[in-house]
Amino acid sequence: MIETFDLGVTLGQTMLLNRVNLRLAPGRITALVGESGSGKSLTGLALIGLLPPGMRTQGRIELDGEDILPLPERELCRIRGKRIAMVFQEPMTALNPLMTIGDQVAEALLLHQGLPRDQALERARERLDRVGLPASRFPLTLYPHQLSGGQRQRVAIALAITERPELLIADEPTTALDVTTQKQILDLLAGLVRDEGMSLLLITHDLAVVAGLADEVAVMQRGTIVESAPASQIFHNPRHAYTRELLKAAKHQPRLVLTRPDAAPLLQVEQVSRSYPAVRPDSGPGEQRLLAVDHVSLTIQEHESVGLVGESGCGKSTLTRAILGLDPIQGGQIRLAGQQVHAGWRMPDALRARMQVVFQDPFGSFDPRWRVEKLVAEPFYLTGRPKNWRDRVAEALFDVGITGDVMRRYAHEFSGGQRQRIALARALIIRPSLIILDEAVSALDVRVRAQVLELLARLRVKHGLSYLFISHDLSVVRQVTDRVLIMRQGKIVESGPTARVLDNPDHPYTRQLLAATPRLPQEIGLLSVENLSDGL
Amino acid sequence: MQRYLLHRLIVLGLSLAVASVAIFMVVELVPGDPASYMLGTGAQPETVAALRQQMGLDQPVALRYAHWIGAALTGDLGQSFTYKTPVAALILDRLQVSLPLALMALMLSVAIALPIGMFAAARNGRAGDTLVMGAAQIGISLPNFWFAMLLVLLFAVRLRWLPAGGFPGWGNPLAALKSLILPAVALALPQAAILARVLRSALVETLGQDYIRTARAKGLSRGQALRLHALRNALIPVVTILGMQFSFLLAGAIIIENVFYLPGLGRLIFQAITQRDLIVVQGAVLVLVAAVILVTFLVDLAYAAIDPRLRLK
Repeated sequence: MIETFDLGVTLGQTMLLNRVNLRLAPGRITALVGESGSGKSLTGLALIGLLPPGMRTQGRIELDGEDILPLPERELCRIRGKRIAMVFQEPMTALNPLMTIGDQVAEALLLHQGLPRDQALERARERLDRVGLPASRFPLTLYPHQLSGGQRQRVAIALAITERPELLIADEPTTALDVTTQKQILDLLAGLVRDEGMSLLLITHDLAVVAGLADEVAVMQRGTIVESAPASQIFHNPRHAYTRELLKAAKHQPRLVLTRPDAAPLLQVEQVSRSYPAVRPDSGPGEQRLLAVDHVSLTIQEHESVGLVGESGCGKSTLTRAILGLDPIQGGQIRLAGQQVHAGWRMPDALRARMQVVFQDPFGSFDPRWRVEKLVAEPFYLTGRPKNWRDRVAEALFDVGITGDVMRRYAHEFSGGQRQRIALARALIIRPSLIILDEAVSALDVRVRAQVLELLARLRVKHGLSYLFISHDLSVVRQVTDRVLIMRQGKIVESGPTARVLDNPDHPYTRQLLAATPRLPQEIGLLSVENLSDGL
Repeated sequence: MQRYLLHRLIVLGLSLAVASVAIFMVVELVPGDPASYMLGTGAQPETVAALRQQMGLDQPVALRYAHWIGAALTGDLGQSFTYKTPVAALILDRLQVSLPLALMALMLSVAIALPIGMFAAARNGRAGDTLVMGAAQIGISLPNFWFAMLLVLLFAVRLRWLPAGGFPGWGNPLAALKSLILPAVALALPQAAILARVLRSALVETLGQDYIRTARAKGLSRGQALRLHALRNALIPVVTILGMQFSFLLAGAIIIENVFYLPGLGRLIFQAITQRDLIVVQGAVLVLVAAVILVTFLVDLAYAAIDPRLRLK
């Protein structure tokens, strides 16, 4: 049993966590929910004693009645991994790339219990089997780069549970994964709690993820727990205004825009194929080619918003790069406003200027040494920079809701949501016809996501834009697209009006995707939001 | 792995071939030819022509290259016209000094840099880090010949532990080793300082990675995470620098060789250049370039040994 009593964390004079009281009982799942910066990850790090240097703690963390906060580092090393373990958000970087998965899982046993290597590896094998990585397909000698994101997260879970800890802290364990994988990982975590009797602290920004999973929910805002109650009460009868706001954001529905019937086709993708040499070692000897995009055809009308949905690895990104004229295609053709799209220099700038893109991670797609005015003005190199370019930048920033004295600032000075708005301003500045949004809201918190989706809907009306909205999240696609295409293994398996496809899917794969999408308890969630929306 | 190895081997062979052509052409293109240099400015044209014919210089370039490279492959690099001995034997003789010296300096440099870099990285930003890295900065700035003279003053003149210079030959291995210790230390110090800085910054970057946090959450102490997870991940840039240092140490030790009167490769090349002994220059450069290319190949193999992502591609 782990309990915190008035846990606080300070950095210098700043109070980052204030009077956090959590009771994490064996066999129970507690969800800690809040937006980024609310202090939920910090709570997890404080529990396992891995706060960044310079931060100071107050209060008590009791592990079976013993306060572990004052313990020296050496004692804490014996608790970490053994009694309290943690799984982090980003599975792609959470494992040592130079060590086999077997060694990484066995390491804690070698160090903590001094088991001989073969016995430790045997236990590692058993734990990997438990998390759904059977020996036949996942020998201990594999390296992380040979595994997918979901598989790596399973390894991270296996190494966290090697020593059967009493508490497992999972910090956004599925945020970086697509819906199908997310469901599998959540099921796995729930199963572990059930079978091994550990307590699970599930940290997430998305209330929908914990619906039907968590026993208790603690809602965190600005370093304090504003509401803590059994899950049913949180979803059915939320007390705190912020909890209601979170619920409302998760159910957010921007107004729908309907396409004009006389619209002309803007983007035509006809029978496009693209393949790569296969790189995974399990693909066997000889030159094998991976057909990432397999004879795909699609059309986007002017002013139309089309969703493209699929799991990671289904070919979405490859198709996007082909449409943008970044990579050559091996078959078929792509036309934008009737003109052929080519990769490389053969594509005229004027045509390139008609489409722009916004990526998932706006920070990664900004030069960290450029100021906002230069970042936003960058696409002008396609059209020539007008004399009044600074006014145009200000106008574009205003359009996306970034106001104030920001022109001379750098990307790192903005929050995730603001950066994504700046990325949108950069896309808008040369007034393109088509904007490709590649997982553009996937990295955002529910509340910020709702705001950006609202903005996208508004901009589309104002500028008559077309969107190609790429996402793995069906609930987001429902909110902003007229039509949706479901992609799997390089092929479009289903397409149609968004409401029709999502409410009445034809293809079994679409049904599978829908089943995996986390949802708030339907009627109740809606009811409470409608009832309470006046009060917000 | 086979594909990676094969690819590296092809690169190795091609680099060697291109380098040999380049070396041959450079000597070919310098104004004048070996024959006129050897005979001096006052020589009769007929004498020069006779010597040219004797040396085969009147044959077409491609044919001469083929002869030269064919002989080089069997270990014949021609005759030095100042020493009147086979160039290959000359170079081999000098390598007996230069190769052990370079290897000793390299090992010393690693032995010094490894603990210092790890110490500084573990204390990133704190007093120990600042102190050690400040010392390393001094080590880099120190001219190594000056440091070498200090070493001689202390260990040879004052303490009389080690010889001040000269090389007795490998007939007496202990004496030979002793005569290489001071030069190796003088060569190793600045290299160690560079290496320590590279290792420190690579380690500091690695320690910020997510998998270090995972390792700490597993219950590893800070030191264990550094040794067991960060060190190997930080080795790639270190190995790159090591490869470059070895090439430098093999031929770039000329100043130190002069301070300690060592008959090394650097001095041979220097003397050959001043005496316009182009055959020796050509042979020595060929050997050095081949060594550099070979070391690069070994560095590539080391990458693959460190990183499974290269090995398993």
